Amino acid sequence: MSKIDAASHGTIHAGEFLTFVLGSEEYGIDILKVQEIRGYDAVTRIANAPAFIKGVINLRGIIVPIVDLRLKFQVGEALYNDFTVVIILNVSNRTVGVVVDGVSDVMALTADQIRPAPEFGAAVDTRYLTGLAAVEERMLILLDIEGLMSSGDLALTDAAADEAIAA
Amino acid sequence: MSNTGQSGGSSSIDMSQFYQVFFEEAEEHLSNMESLLLSIDPAEASGEELNAIFRAAHSIKGGSGTFGFNDMTEVTHILESLLDRVRKNEMILTTEMVDALLASGDVLKAQLARHRGQGGEPPDASGVCERVKSLMNAGGAKASAPAKTASSSQHAAERDLEIRFPEPAADVDAAAVQDLYDTIGQLGAMTGEIESKDGQRSFQYRTRKSDKELRNLFAFVCDTQAVEIIDPQRAKAEDEAGFGLFGDAEPAKDDSFGFFDELPALPSATTVKDDSFGFFGDDAPGLPASVKSAAAPAADPSIGRRATDHAAADARSGRRETDKNVAAAQDTSIRVSVEKVDQLINQVGELVITQAMLAQAVSKLDPLLFQQMLSGMADLERNTRDLQESVMSIRMLPIGFVFKRFPRMVRDLAGKLNKQVQLLTEGEGTELDKGLIEKIADPLNHLIRNSVDHGIEMPDARVAAGKPAQGTVTLRASHQGGSILIEVVDDGKGLDREKILAKGRERGLPVSDSMSDGEVWGLIFEAGFSTADKVTDISGRGVGMDVVKRNIAELGGTVEIESATGHGTRMKVRLPLTLAIIDGMSVAVGEDVYIIPLATVVESLQAGSRAVRSVAGGGFVVEIRDEYLPVISLHDLFPNDTAAKNESKEGIMLVVESEGVKNAFLVDELLGQQQVVVKSLESNYRRVPGVSGATIMGDGRVALILDVPTLVRMSRH
Repeated sequence: MSKIDAASHGTIHAGEFLTFVLGSEEYGIDILKVQEIRGYDAVTRIANAPAFIKGVINLRGIIVPIVDLRLKFQVGEALYNDFTVVIILNVSNRTVGVVVDGVSDVMALTADQIRPAPEFGAAVDTRYLTGLAAVEERMLILLDIEGLMSSGDLALTDAAADEAIAA
Repeated sequence: MSNTGQSGGSSSIDMSQFYQVFFEEAEEHLSNMESLLLSIDPAEASGEELNAIFRAAHSIKGGSGTFGFNDMTEVTHILESLLDRVRKNEMILTTEMVDALLASGDVLKAQLARHRGQGGEPPDASGVCERVKSLMNAGGAKASAPAKTASSSQHAAERDLEIRFPEPAADVDAAAVQDLYDTIGQLGAMTGEIESKDGQRSFQYRTRKSDKELRNLFAFVCDTQAVEIIDPQRAKAEDEAGFGLFGDAEPAKDDSFGFFDELPALPSATTVKDDSFGFFGDDAPGLPASVKSAAAPAADPSIGRRATDHAAADARSGRRETDKNVAAAQDTSIRVSVEKVDQLINQVGELVITQAMLAQAVSKLDPLLFQQMLSGMADLERNTRDLQESVMSIRMLPIGFVFKRFPRMVRDLAGKLNKQVQLLTEGEGTELDKGLIEKIADPLNHLIRNSVDHGIEMPDARVAAGKPAQGTVTLRASHQGGSILIEVVDDGKGLDREKILAKGRERGLPVSDSMSDGEVWGLIFEAGFSTADKVTDISGRGVGMDVVKRNIAELGGTVEIESATGHGTRMKVRLPLTLAIIDGMSVAVGEDVYIIPLATVVESLQAGSRAVRSVAGGGFVVEIRDEYLPVISLHDLFPNDTAAKNESKEGIMLVVESEGVKNAFLVDELLGQQQVVVKSLESNYRRVPGVSGATIMGDGRVALILDVPTLVRMSRH
């Protein structure tokens, strides 16, 4: 599994990151994976899907699933109001929306700002934590969003769902 | 004309970018050649048909030579030599020749597939080549008799002709006319005086020269096409052979294939630099079309002239001319990738939704104040609807694309089984969605194989039963309402009720003698069911009909059988027109909206709670007109955490039928009926059990489309 290798070697490259807030934690994802940021619209529920999959929306004619990362990581309160933000991602040739508490910034990080993530029991599988970055007084958790979105945990694709069942 | 020796592959220009064009064109020519060969009647093959086959072979040869596919060039060269002799009436077309030509067509197909990188064993071209060559040599002996009419043969017999040509115009030099008479005198013998009447001159003439050569003599005096060369003997031969010969088709050939002669020569030309790319880029893909269109008008005048000579042939050649026009019209098409079309369809779908949203917003305006805007909206609505229809029609293809592969299959199959079978096709122009076209071929293939193998009897058995020795399988397509009906009809022995029942008992299926015919025929769709006495490599293993039924069901279609013992069988396949749009019923379940495909809905009714009864085990049934149907509550299948559960079993009962079983879906409300554009959930998400897709409603929200058969299965667990 290439994504595990990537994580274990701690090979996250410096670059620009979109940072967003989940509860009190700040996360960063590769800006190149982000297609757009939009408000939270009414979603169409998918029955029998896990709670963190809010449903699907119509994004200019394509059906896009919406994942609430707050529910998935069990951080913060899953409130849906005018300030709730959806980040539309383009990962592995798929379009997926993730709900977060708010988007804060786009940051350029240099390689020496990024530290490897230690092993710890977190809500997020450490496989998908590619590093921690210190920015002024804040700590940024860098996510391998592509790996996370195609993982069996989220079961967003048929292949991933099968993998999760097999595991 | 020969360009066998040239190999464009060695040129400095990278030809690989044109390979795709060649592959597609060659494939088209091959399938064209095959269908022509299948339709040709060796006994009365017309020059036009032979020329068309020759042209196809020649085009492939030209193309493969250009691109350096020498194996294909070799085979086509031999093919072409044989065809050329047949075409020039030096040989007579025989059934063996047609078989050999078809076989070499297969070899070419295999070679083409290999060049395309589709793998496969290298086909054994030498066997086929030998076969064609030996036919050519064998035919050479026979050729002596018809050779006297061969126009371009060096040793042509002397002919008595009457030559008519228009009175030379006033500006034609008298010396030129005198030269003409002198030359004519040298090349043959004028057997009479030159008569001049009605603006025409005519004379009797005896010569060994071909029509074409004679015609060319007149080039300085009048239009060579206006020269009539009347051969009383040939006219007689043609009357007997029924429009057989085509001595002077050369103009057509030369006009069309001039292009090809130039093309291979180009890469080797020293002056070719950057601008040669421009030539190739512009002209090469368009070339075959121009060849065809050049060939068509060039061939037509000769047909017209002949028709005046032979009144009997008039009707026939007239029909051919219209056929030709149809073919020419089809050539004015462009190749577009399916993705582009789908993208267009998606974008138009978006436009329709946007338009619906606008219409909703505008409907609240005061019609007096915003009259112009409202009428503009009405126009917009009509235009978007027209646009959507036109765009959808791009994906529609005539079903003839599928049908045209079957004549060959039936021919081969009948040959293998020693049966005589003709395949008739009707309604080839019936259009349906491209996605369906691709998927319907396999099931149809199975049904036709079944008809030929099991349906049609051996010729002697047919004659004994008072039927013509040749069996007929009819493949018919037609539109019926919102669906397309494809029928496979044979006039064979029909299904054997007793045999099927016996087989059913043997396999432990629940059968009884009181079953209706329809139910009995339905048994053959059971997995592993076969009534064939012996297993052949064609069919009889009992694998097939169940697959056919499943494949058709996957396309949202049904298959029915009608059969009369001794008279034949009719298989009716009913398919939706397209997979991209369905008629749906939108229903509310709690706060959610779902779409149920209208094709599955039988009826809907308001069921009072009294009509619903519980059955031991927790299920419910509803009594509808003395029938107890299982109730499937969509609330249970799609639990809704927000809305209160509909425990009372009140609401709307929607009776749905799937796989022949009726069930009642309990929903809260019927919202309406509409056409919905089916979108895939899987492109960005995954398959959801019980849901076949999603669509976007007029308000821009997504609604899920229910997969009724899966839901019924889910409810049983």
